Amino acid sequence: MSGRSLFDKIWEQHVVLPENSNTPAILYIDLHLVHEVTSPQAFDLLRSNGISVRRPDLTLATMDHSTPTVPVSSLKDLKVVAEPEAFNQIVQMEKNCEEFGLELRGLGNSERGIVHVIAPELGATQPGKTIVCGDSHTSTHGALGALAFGIGTTEVYHVLATQCLLQRKPKTFAINLEGHLQSGVTAKDIILGIIGKIGIDGGTGHAIEYRGDAVKQLSIEERMTICNMAIEGGARTGMFAPDDSTYEYLYGRPHAPQDEAWDIALKEWKMLPSDDDAQFDKEVTLDVSKLRPMATFGTNPGMVIPIDGAIPSPSSSDQGFTKALDYMQLEAGQPLAGSPVDVVFIGSCTNSRLSDLRAAASVLNGRKVAEGVRTLIVPGSAQIKREAEAEGLPEIFKAAGAEWREPGCSMCLAMNGDFVPEGKLAVSTSNRNFEGRQGKGARTILASPLTAAASAINGVVSDPRTFIS
Amino acid sequence: MEPVNKINSRTVVIPLDDVDTDQIIPARYLRTTVRAGLGENLFADWRYDKNGTKVADFVLNNDEANGAEILVTGRNFGCGSSREHAPWALLDYGFRAVISTEIADIFRSNSLKNGFLPVVVDEQTHEWLIKNPGAEITLDIESSTLVLPDGRSTSFPLESFSQYCLLNGIDELGFLMDNSASIDAYEEQTN
Ligand code: SF4
Repeated sequence: MSGRSLFDKIWEQHVVLPENSNTPAILYIDLHLVHEVTSPQAFDLLRSNGISVRRPDLTLATMDHSTPTVPVSSLKDLKVVAEPEAFNQIVQMEKNCEEFGLELRGLGNSERGIVHVIAPELGATQPGKTIVCGDSHTSTHGALGALAFGIGTTEVYHVLATQCLLQRKPKTFAINLEGHLQSGVTAKDIILGIIGKIGIDGGTGHAIEYRGDAVKQLSIEERMTICNMAIEGGARTGMFAPDDSTYEYLYGRPHAPQDEAWDIALKEWKMLPSDDDAQFDKEVTLDVSKLRPMATFGTNPGMVIPIDGAIPSPSSSDQGFTKALDYMQLEAGQPLAGSPVDVVFIGSCTNSRLSDLRAAASVLNGRKVAEGVRTLIVPGSAQIKREAEAEGLPEIFKAAGAEWREPGCSMCLAMNGDFVPEGKLAVSTSNRNFEGRQGKGARTILASPLTAAASAINGVVSDPRTFIS
Repeated sequence: MEPVNKINSRTVVIPLDDVDTDQIIPARYLRTTVRAGLGENLFADWRYDKNGTKVADFVLNNDEANGAEILVTGRNFGCGSSREHAPWALLDYGFRAVISTEIADIFRSNSLKNGFLPVVVDEQTHEWLIKNPGAEITLDIESSTLVLPDGRSTSFPLESFSQYCLLNGIDELGFLMDNSASIDAYEEQTN
């Protein structure tokens, strides 16, 4: 028998009943993250069927998607700034959590933030755990060696009711990262490079494990950026084996095991990495030393090129490609760099952590955002906001002419009132450049915080390497 | 959930690849706490212009789309977010199935839980369907086959448990609840 992978080990530890030809496996869930957009219909189902939440203690609730990013600490403030539908959704979330006995990190709470940012930050995300959320970027938590994936609202209902899910085991996919990153090239460029290589459906039906020599040099926050966008490559989950960086990151965090429990946990975590002879159903290798800063030019994350490259030409019959270039108002054969930028967004569960803000600050420090470019910087959580403030980052941003906001999803999906106006071009550190994702008719270029900040300064899509000494 | 046995309908074709959930139902319509009414904004940004007027050359605004229950699209339909609002919107509009050569994982799982049928077919059948919009076809759940107007049939993959749930109109929660003793035992043993 061949060795087992990280994925296999976590899966096996959580099987309540194994799968057979008639029924999927019943999989136990260690941590369920809940937010206001994909949960209301699930709570309704609980209510109408008279079912309670099985494990409120394994459920972590926050509000992030439709919350405003201007300061509000009470519902009264909220009513003034939020649109009525967003207001209703937030009020409903408070009611649901109260009725079902869930602790909510709501407005004004010092631990509130984007769901995928706060769970690792609190130490609730741990190696070996199964983690789900009604949100496709749940894959982010795989950075700490957890098996984490997005689910739909019916499944949110199932997990609230039973703490379990019915699942067929996916195939496994090893992505080997080799080499050393060049300066100005970041984790975001790695994941965009991977998606460019495997395609946006390359991971469909698979669980990804990122492996290889380059992993050691990646911080946990960088690994989160890479796991975050596994779903943009079609995979529901992406993960890194836990290592010393993981343990160091978790040690002392409020929800992490303490004292004796820490020692026990550590022993278990060290057993998790894939065995040397583990087999994967699929495998690719990426030499990260060859990567340049990457940016998207089309309307899905697989339409991506090096920032100093030319926009490729469509094959004659590719309707989608032509439609995408029309939508983006870009021309095949032309360089992407130099396109005039209207909005820069630095934030989202992909790139809103302290290291991302520091990277943006390193470019913005002592410089001014180009005239007419709206630059919005949105920290991922209340804690990151405090940490950034303690370092004086907001002063750098404001002096450069950027806006510094309250934590939330904001312009990543534009449902809270922050959006890119119709026809405008945004360079965004988020994860999706679909038509209309950042507002109806908005044109999105996905890139790293360095590239976004460089583009804000120049007012055109720019290579960040010219700003790095 | 209503049992689904057979779907017999004309098709509507959107020949694009990679139709993502933000196209199926844009995020600004997710600020709802119910399911009903999402059909009105299905493919909203393709169906309506910025003044809310119907875009004449979008297929759902044509008469022949009226009453059609089967959508045929390019590959990798439903990629993007986990929003179950996507199959809810398709169902609320009146669609009952989508046919493609590839369907994204989370969308597929969400669809099956709502009695919306995701059908993956071979390239050849797909090409025929794309070239023949409005064809009257049948999707048979029991035999998991697609029958073309000339009687040719082709099978499509359908996981046995999902098939059972569709045919009987069963929500999977019942199955999980029936196994609560095993869940109790698991919790006891791991604590
Ligand atoms: S930041 Fe964007 S991708 Fe992340 S959870 Fe929020 S909406 Fe989803």
